[in-house]
Amino acid sequence: MEQFINVSQQLLKGFGENSFIFIITLLLSLPLGFIVSMGSRSRFVPLKIVTKLFVWIIRGTPLMLQLFVVFYVPPLMSGGSFNFPRMNAALIAFVINYAAYFSEIFRGGIEAIPKGQYEAGQVLGMKKSQIFFKIVLLQVIKRITAPIGNEIITLVKDTSLASVIAIPEILMNAKDFSMQGLIWPLFYSALFFLAFCGVLTLLFSFFEKKLDYYKG
Amino acid sequence: MSLLNVNNIQKSFGKNEVLKSISFSLEKGEVLAIIGSSGSGKTTLLRCLNFLETPQKGKIIVNDKVLFDGDDPSKKTDSQIRKNRLHFGLVFQSFNLFPQYKVIDNITLAPMLAAKEQIKKSGEYMGAKTYKQAQEIIRENALSLLERVGLSEKRDAYPGNLSGGQQQRVAIARALALNPDVLCFDEPTSALDPELTGEVLNVIKGLKTSDSTMIVVTHEIDFARDVADKIIFMDNGVIAEEGAPEQVIGNPQNPRTKEFLSRFNQF
Repeated sequence: MEQFINVSQQLLKGFGENSFIFIITLLLSLPLGFIVSMGSRSRFVPLKIVTKLFVWIIRGTPLMLQLFVVFYVPPLMSGGSFNFPRMNAALIAFVINYAAYFSEIFRGGIEAIPKGQYEAGQVLGMKKSQIFFKIVLLQVIKRITAPIGNEIITLVKDTSLASVIAIPEILMNAKDFSMQGLIWPLFYSALFFLAFCGVLTLLFSFFEKKLDYYKG
Repeated sequence: MSLLNVNNIQKSFGKNEVLKSISFSLEKGEVLAIIGSSGSGKTTLLRCLNFLETPQKGKIIVNDKVLFDGDDPSKKTDSQIRKNRLHFGLVFQSFNLFPQYKVIDNITLAPMLAAKEQIKKSGEYMGAKTYKQAQEIIRENALSLLERVGLSEKRDAYPGNLSGGQQQRVAIARALALNPDVLCFDEPTSALDPELTGEVLNVIKGLKTSDSTMIVVTHEIDFARDVADKIIFMDNGVIAEEGAPEQVIGNPQNPRTKEFLSRFNQF
């Protein structure tokens, strides 16, 4: 019993790190992703090329590698005089990585809105900003809810990758127990993820239902 | 002077000259039908009138006011273009209703936004001094428009739950809500089956009696003959023939017009 409480405490503490990474990443990468999606839709060609290149590199390389780069490269380049604290390095890598994915979902969502919706707003004398906020935005949100939900659930589990730069997150703690001969904390840690993802799934299906009031 | 004067409108996309030199005029209360085969430039002409496309040359004049002049090199601001657009209304082939808004809100959305802006700027919108009063007026107007298109009972429905014909009738009410000088229809029944076509054409016919000035691009030749005061047959970016319906449809002179109309009589 004492052991169970000890394991629970350790895992919970670890999961606190995961949750922290999850929340900060979500809060920062969604708006950043929106900005990136604007860049990749820009008519200014150099900006468009730079953003497309950015998205390609970030989506084309492992998140684990990106974590290594953010954490290890600055001290190596500066001869040890500059480095990010572990958690900051993790957050930078996660935010950039997820912003790239979100930007593509936003871009797809915006481009899926028929041209006729914009034109209908235009001939009714509406401003560009009014057309975006009053007509297009909600339709985009409805279209991207499912893929964004998917990505967010992936993020929950990806937070474990932070262990590669020695952030004491839940899986790292569970692994430490297994090295002491305790296997069950590994399965126990799975329950944390399942519960968290379960709640998110419910939230998203609630949200999707809310937007179900209209077709199209 | 006529309500609408279109002078020498020219429009190309790259090397493709879609409108070569289009001129016509329209009196208040007149209905103009534009017929012609696909690709003849009918839709582009309507889009130019609604400033969805910018012609390279020519003039568009409404009520003696020059809305567009291709020789004027100064670039129009967004707010000028928006203002110009309000002289025209456009009903699309594919309706383009806003799916997330109820029928009534589809009709009132743009007027409400305009009212808010104008009351802030000039303290008045269609006689209303406050936004609240304006909202009331706009709503009343929308309800009477819905009655005119025969859809009063659908005011709280969402577009996705309406038939194509009903959606198009809502789109007509939405365009009328802004009181355009000229209401344009871009093949309003081409996306509808014959049964639904009738209900939409009847609504348009009904508008004629209420003195609306209209331009209808259509493939419904019988409808054009019934409703139009004037018919333009477009071919390859030019007006090949124009005149009264009995003349253009009943007794066409241009060989292209004859050829085009003969295809309708084959069935």
